[in-house]
Order: sequence, then C-alpha cells, then structure tokens
Amino acid sequence: MLMVQASLDGILLGILFALIAYGMALQWGVMNIINIAQGDLVILGGYIAYTMYLVGIHPAWGVIVSPIIMYFVGVLLYKLVINKVVDRDLFISILATFGIAIVFQQLMNFIFGADVVVAQSEYGTTMLFDNSVTLPNSKIFSAFISVLYAVALVIYMKKSKLGRAIRATAQNARAAKILGVDTEKVYAATFGINAALCGIAGALISITLTLHPYVGLPYTVRSFMIVIVAGLGNLPAVALSGMGLGLFEEFADYILGTEFRIGAVFMLLVFILVYRRFKLSKKREYLK
Amino acid sequence: MNKIAKLFVTFISAITLALVSFTSSFAKVEGEYIVLGSAISLTGKYSSNGVHTQNGYNMAVERINKMGGVEVQGKKYKFEIIYYDDESNPKRAAQLAERLIKQDGVHYMLGPYSSGLTKAIAPVTEKYKIPMVEANGASRSLFTKGYKYLFAVLSPANQYLEVAIDLAVEKNGGKGVKIAQAFEQDAFSQDVRLGILDAAKRTGSEIIIDDKLPKELNDMAATLAKVKAVKPDVLVVSGHTKGALTAIRQISEMKVDVPMLAMTHCDAAKLSKQHGKKSEFALCASQWHKNLSYKDKFFGSGKKYAKDFQKEFGYDPPYQSAESSAALLVFKDAFERANSFDRDAVRDALVDTEMQTFYGNIKFGPGGQNVAKPMILFQVRCKGDDCENRVVAPTKWASDKFYHPIPKWSERS
Repeated sequence: MLMVQASLDGILLGILFALIAYGMALQWGVMNIINIAQGDLVILGGYIAYTMYLVGIHPAWGVIVSPIIMYFVGVLLYKLVINKVVDRDLFISILATFGIAIVFQQLMNFIFGADVVVAQSEYGTTMLFDNSVTLPNSKIFSAFISVLYAVALVIYMKKSKLGRAIRATAQNARAAKILGVDTEKVYAATFGINAALCGIAGALISITLTLHPYVGLPYTVRSFMIVIVAGLGNLPAVALSGMGLGLFEEFADYILGTEFRIGAVFMLLVFILVYRRFKLSKKREYLK
Repeated sequence: MNKIAKLFVTFISAITLALVSFTSSFAKVEGEYIVLGSAISLTGKYSSNGVHTQNGYNMAVERINKMGGVEVQGKKYKFEIIYYDDESNPKRAAQLAERLIKQDGVHYMLGPYSSGLTKAIAPVTEKYKIPMVEANGASRSLFTKGYKYLFAVLSPANQYLEVAIDLAVEKNGGKGVKIAQAFEQDAFSQDVRLGILDAAKRTGSEIIIDDKLPKELNDMAATLAKVKAVKPDVLVVSGHTKGALTAIRQISEMKVDVPMLAMTHCDAAKLSKQHGKKSEFALCASQWHKNLSYKDKFFGSGKKYAKDFQKEFGYDPPYQSAESSAALLVFKDAFERANSFDRDAVRDALVDTEMQTFYGNIKFGPGGQNVAKPMILFQVRCKGDDCENRVVAPTKWASDKFYHPIPKWSERS
C-alpha cells in the first residue's frame, strides 16, 4: 500500500512539474534562453491565486485569472529585458534571468511579505483501499487542470497561425523571418505563454503546497531537469519525464530517507547532464 | 578630466572615511544617549519576524525612555538603537556587526532574528568583547561554545518540545511512547530534535521514524505515509513556519490519525488563522503567552503588554516581540547595577542578572542561556470556525485542559 501511495503521490506531483517544464522547453526551444526565473514566475502566479483567496474568491479560479495576468507579465518582461538577450550567448541569458529572479523575489517579499502562506480549496480527500491510500482532491484537480491545459496548448501549437509561426521560428528563425513571420512578436508571445503556464502551475501550487517568495528555485531546477531529459518541444516526453521525476523523488524519499530526497534529484541531474552531453553533441534538437 | 574627477572622489571618500572612524570612537554613549546596535532582517526571508523583533525593541526603548531612562552614576540616560538591515543573510549580518562596532563605535549589541544570524554575529561580538543580549537565537550550539559576552533571554531550542514528550508519557500511564518525528535540516530544528532524543532516552520512549526534511522541501507526504503505516503515539514536526503549515495541510488531506501532534512555530505561521479547524488539537511550543502571570513595572503584565503593543503596531504581539522587549529590560537592569559604562563591568552585571519581567524570569546559565524560564505549550482549540491558542502546560498557567487523544479524522466534523 505504501508503494501505491508513493507512486500516486509521485505521479500527481510530476504532472504539475511537467506543466512548468513544458513552458521552459517551449521558450528554450524557440528563443534559446534558459529561464532561471521560471520558478519565481510560478510563485508569482501562486500569489495571484492567493490574493484572490484573500478577497474571498475561490483560489481554483486562479487557474483562469493567473495565466491571463501572467501572460502580460511575460510579454512585459520580454519587452524590457529578454529581447536584449535573445540572440546572445546562453550565458548572458542565464545571468539576465537570474537577475530577474532576484528582483521578483524581493518584489514579492515586499508586496506579499515573507510569511509562508497557503490558500484553502476545501476539496476534501479521496480514500482508496479502505482508507489506506489517500489522495487529496486538490492534487487530483491540479493534475487534471495541468493535463487539460497541456493538451489545449498542443492543439493550439499545431492548428493556429501563431502556433505554426512559433514552431517555424524554433526551427529556423532567419528562414521564418524571410517568409514573413514577425519573429519579434513570436518571441514575445512565446515568453508570454511560458509565463502563463507558470501562472497556472502557481495557482495549483497555492492550493496543494505552500507559497513563499523564496521557494522558486526548486521549481526551476526540476523543470530544467525534466527538459534536459525530455528534449525540447516534445510534449509527451516532457509529461513522461515529469512523472518519472515525481516518482523518483517519492521513492528516493522512501528508500534513501527524506534527507536525501533533494540530494537524489541533484545527483540524477548530474548523471543526466553527463549522459546528454554525448547525445546532444550528435544531433541538434529543435521543436517538432 | 575624468581622471581628475575620479581622483577627487577618492580623496573625498578617504577624508569622509577618516572622519567617520575618528568621530565614531566616542559613540558608545553620546550625550544623554546610550547607543545600542543591531543588525536585523528588514528584508529577505526573515523580514516578517525581523520586523516583529524590531517592534519589540522599539517598544521597550520608548517605554524605558518615557519612564525615566537608565540611571548611571546619578545621571539619567536614554536608549537609542542603530539598526542595519542584514537582508536575512548571515554573511551580511557579520559584516554589519563589524561595522557597528568599528565604524559606529557601538559597545553594546542587541541580537538579530534567528539562530543562524545570531551564530554569524556572536564570533564578532566575542572578538571585540562587546556584550550582546539577544532574544531570537535559541539554538543550543550558541550556548556550548563558551561565549562570554552572549546572553539570551529565551529558553534554548532543545527545551522546546521536551515537555510534550513528558506529557505524552504521562498520558500513557508513565510508560514510554512511540515517537515519529520530522525535522528540517537547520540549526534550530535539529536542536529541537536533540531535546526530543534526550526526553525519549529519559522516559524510555522509542523513536520509530526520524526524518530530516531538506530546507527546500514543501512536501512531506512520504513521511506522513510512513506515519500512517506505523501508528506512533506522538508525531513531532519542526520546520519553521513552512514546516508547520505543510504538516497541517498534508495531515488533514491524508487523514493521518495520531493521538498527539507536537509542533513549533504555530503562532508565527498563524496556524489557527490560515488552516482554521484543520489545525485543531495541534500542540505548540512557545516562549511566551500573554496570559502568563509574570509582572514588571515597565509593561505591567503580559496582557497589558499585548494591549499596548496592539495599540502601537496594530497586531497582537507574537513571542518574538515580547522577548525582544525583554532584552532591553535586561540591559537597563545591568547598566544600573554595574553603575558604569565599562564593557566588562556591564558584562559582569549581566552575568549576575536575576529578575522578573512581563516576559518571564531571567537568569543566565554558564553558557548565556536563560535558565529561569520554562517553555510553555499551547493547544489550538476551536469554537465553530473560530480557533485560538490556549495554554495547556505547565499546569500553573494552564487555562485549558490538555485534550488527548486527538479524535480520529473520521469522527471530526
């Protein structure tokens, strides 16, 4: 039973990670930017849902409101900072987004305070196998919403004009430009979509986990890992490796002990990075 | 031109620096003011508790100054505090302590917020032989290093939840209990853990789960699943406000039934407000509660302190504010008994401190920790949706009976 519990916890958590990772994969693939501020965008999205909760609106509505606001935050961020680092060295973009992360943390600390906060969904719990396996409905809800948005995004990317433009830009920005794609606009939209995905994830985190201005980094690290494993722009792989990471974390916790949980994640990251070096050097990845 | 400008700037700053270091060497007592220094977390992750600490200091300074100040050699002096923001960063805190001592010439220090930052500052104050009275560093390791200039008005961290284990054993008819525990991996929480280990040994209790939570972690589902499987008599959780909030959220979601749940940081996390009924029956360690019957002539009783604090700052004082206020009462008492501004005389007077404040009795042990004040335990109790903390131990101040065992989730509405 313990293993069933661990597996389900891991998968539900992993789906949420996958959503954040998909946003990262998208803008990494399109703009070649590793966004260190990813986790902080997530937390900001969470605070939007939390603010709604404070004024008496159910925080679950955050999964609609938060991405809308975050989209504009993303676009604004692109216009202010990101557009200056798009075609530059990867290192510059890491530095720039690291700076954004610090600014966001301090701003959130300033606006929302340094207290750890939670929003209550009051969704109750689903009990299986005579109460020996418990699944919080809030986690099931968040997994469901994540899947819903991910599927919607895939369809959008395949069918819509902007989606095609984004994919074209990812494959070859110069060629896309020659063929009349406004790449500047595409970049802004991509970064906005990424921020919106973070907003959804943040709203879900506010009802399943806890919020604090300085807990963004673990989300950045996890999504980075998932993207490294899955490759850029391959959504099924992102979802799978997200769930895989969730499972790995839960089982590392059971088998090695809680104190090694985060450590195990980092060990895995090192291992995967070394392994990917060989694979990546052989072929160039692009958004499919 | 540019070069000349640069030279000019360098020259001016050199002169300013020289002037600053020259004038400040007299700053320990300026005119009628005794100047204290403190690096405090006004930004960064400790900023809310940092502000509670600062409010506590300011409240006491104002009160003492208004009530006649500090009398040394027949002359009345007033307190004044120089604050710097340490950004919740230990390295910054240590730098600022140096700056307070060397540039601002401060000769007496008040502590920062948190054990970690106090640990960063203590070696500096020790090096310059500056007496520091601190109110927010409870880690046991602060009191085992042989520091001679460090004094803490609060009980050390290992005492936080020892009483809870005693209480569990008492409820179990004097027999040892099965303990499951999860602690964050930081100085403070690990000291709380050591206290539990001692108590377990003393009472013949058995520790069946002993998890250490990484700092970044805000998910303890794995630990709780284990707890559910092995059914301990007591579950102990300590991981600052994040630990307390995560624990209650996941215990209620996973319907984990334990007869007793003991925690720290419940009031800092505003547990009863944020989680409401879900947090009911949680047992929490606290340094202070306004209902305790200690008294002094500056603030009267705890209740009166709480009322005045509420009026001044607009919120109920957490214990972080109360203990910070107490630190200044200790300084005042020590200055008057030393009847001098000599650092070593003040330090010796601090060693001999034995007094009662609204916050509790204060007497320093050989390591500098307060040995005269017991920890208290309160339990979250709800009437309808209205939840509050009620003192249940020690019995002398208990306003309510300790509710044990916690009803099963299936029986709770």
